[in-house]
Amino acid sequence: MNLLELLTEPLSYEFMLRALATTAIASVVCGVLSCWLVLIGWSLMGDAVSHSVLPGIVIAHILGLPLAIGAAVFGFLAVGLIGLVRSTSRVKEDAAIGTVFTTLFALGLVLVSVTPSQTDLNHVLFGNLLGVSRSDLVGVLVLGVAVLAVLVLKRRDLTLYAFDPGHAHTIGLSPAFLGGLLLGLLALTAVVALQAVGVVLVVAMLVIPGATAYLLTDRFSSMLVIAPALALLCGVLGVYGSYYLDTSTGPMVVLAQGALFALVYLFSPRRGLIGTRLSARRRRRRLAARPA
Amino acid sequence: MSASVEVSGVTVHHGEVLALDRVDLTLHAGRVTGLIGMNGSGKSTLVKTITGLLRPDSGSVMVDGGSPARARSRGLIGYVPQSEDVDRNFPLSVRDVVMTGRYGHMGPTRRARPADRAAVDHALERTELTELVNRPIGQLSGGQRKRAFVARGIAQEATILLLDEPFAGVDKRSEATITRLLRQLAADGATVLVCTHDLHALPSLADDAALLMRRVLVRGEPAEVLRPENLALAFGLDSWQEQDR
Ligand SMILES: Nc1ncnc2c1ncn2[C@@H]1O[C@H](COP(=O)(O)OP(=O)(O)OP(=O)(O)O)[C@@H](O)[C@H]1O
Ligand SMILES: [Mg+2]
Repeated sequence: MNLLELLTEPLSYEFMLRALATTAIASVVCGVLSCWLVLIGWSLMGDAVSHSVLPGIVIAHILGLPLAIGAAVFGFLAVGLIGLVRSTSRVKEDAAIGTVFTTLFALGLVLVSVTPSQTDLNHVLFGNLLGVSRSDLVGVLVLGVAVLAVLVLKRRDLTLYAFDPGHAHTIGLSPAFLGGLLLGLLALTAVVALQAVGVVLVVAMLVIPGATAYLLTDRFSSMLVIAPALALLCGVLGVYGSYYLDTSTGPMVVLAQGALFALVYLFSPRRGLIGTRLSARRRRRRLAARPA
Repeated sequence: MSASVEVSGVTVHHGEVLALDRVDLTLHAGRVTGLIGMNGSGKSTLVKTITGLLRPDSGSVMVDGGSPARARSRGLIGYVPQSEDVDRNFPLSVRDVVMTGRYGHMGPTRRARPADRAAVDHALERTELTELVNRPIGQLSGGQRKRAFVARGIAQEATILLLDEPFAGVDKRSEATITRLLRQLAADGATVLVCTHDLHALPSLADDAALLMRRVLVRGEPAEVLRPENLALAFGLDSWQEQDR
């Protein structure tokens, strides 16, 4: 089998095409959003929101509403509760996050266990890329494009919010609005991403691409291109990998992202562990070779 | 002399901590005011209250004859935060940071127009940063970074500049550059407030000075404010009280 066949064979199945399309959309949206999350230090918040949407999704499923609505409601509920616990008790932020999201997640699991169509909802937990239906794909596409459009149009304001909310405030922008916008988009992105990798692994897609891109560049505008591009690459690699190795798809995508991060962490020319060591050694050599 | 910032009877708490206690302060257009006081005396709190980042529990702040919110939306206030409030490793270049000063002049997607680029170039020139435009801010010295934030205020065309310790960790040369610049901006009609620990340089920097210790203890000309008995009041008394507790 030659390379071309390796690449085209899976594409003859419609379910593979849908899996690839879903992964691609989720990867790009998550990759873009991850740039801000990583820089603000909201990784844990990403974990929290993506887990907390579970009860919302189950309730929306029971009521026959769009899943995104249930997810957004519970995403915001989680953020509100975290803020409340943090600001009105002596509990620190990470403990507040840990308490709120695990409780909401547990509530979601309980609701899953008492809801008749359990199999569907288990897919919400662990992702079911190969079983994405046409209507799922349309939902992912609409939501993904909407989130991406807002992120791209508002990217400069969001970056200012992440970098210097004090200045944003002094020039008449509302940091509270921008922060809320980002969290709202985070909740919607979680809905997109969980189609691909499931609630449990969404946080990986929301963090790893941004963290990887951050090791590769000193320009935020480049990060916004590098992160989704790498995420897309890993998404495709993960789907193909799972096809040929016969492993579960969502985790393969995340594994590819983690492996790429490790490579960049070690070998990035500017920030990588080995790259920086090598250039330091070259510098020392050069200095030593210089005549006294 | 027009009062461009009028702080009257402002009290601010951080949780249980009383940070500002009935503070009165007037800033005038065309003048540099130096705000001095020991660590924790409330300087940053006062600056943040003027920008509206913090709300006073009582008292009022007027900026340019109106509310701080009105001044903010008109882009009148430029704010240079204390260094520890800024993430130095944020992947933005000097130009990116200075350009954020123009956001109030731009449309909703903050696309830079030629006028914005010209304003940024001009601000970079005045702060002597033209050569460093493309440097990531993480690779600047402390003094260069401070100048970048001042440049942002200039690009913004802010008429009221609030600088929180622009001289902390800055060498004499950068300090002189920034001082000269602030004096020029005041001469052009700006209102400038500078929080500083550099008491020696105060007379050459400021026209007015205020000594803060939760309240404004003394106001007046720098030489007057810096008299030993006043400094003892601001820097000595509190530690003595602290020991007595
Ligand atoms: N976010 C906060 N939460 C609780 N207390 C605070 C907070 N910020 C400041 N404080 C307290 O308020 C008081 C005034 O602090 P502020 O930062 O205004 O002082 P400062 O004069 O700027 O000090 P420095 O010279 O160290 O910058 C201090 O007692 C400080 O401990
Ligand atoms: Mg301070």
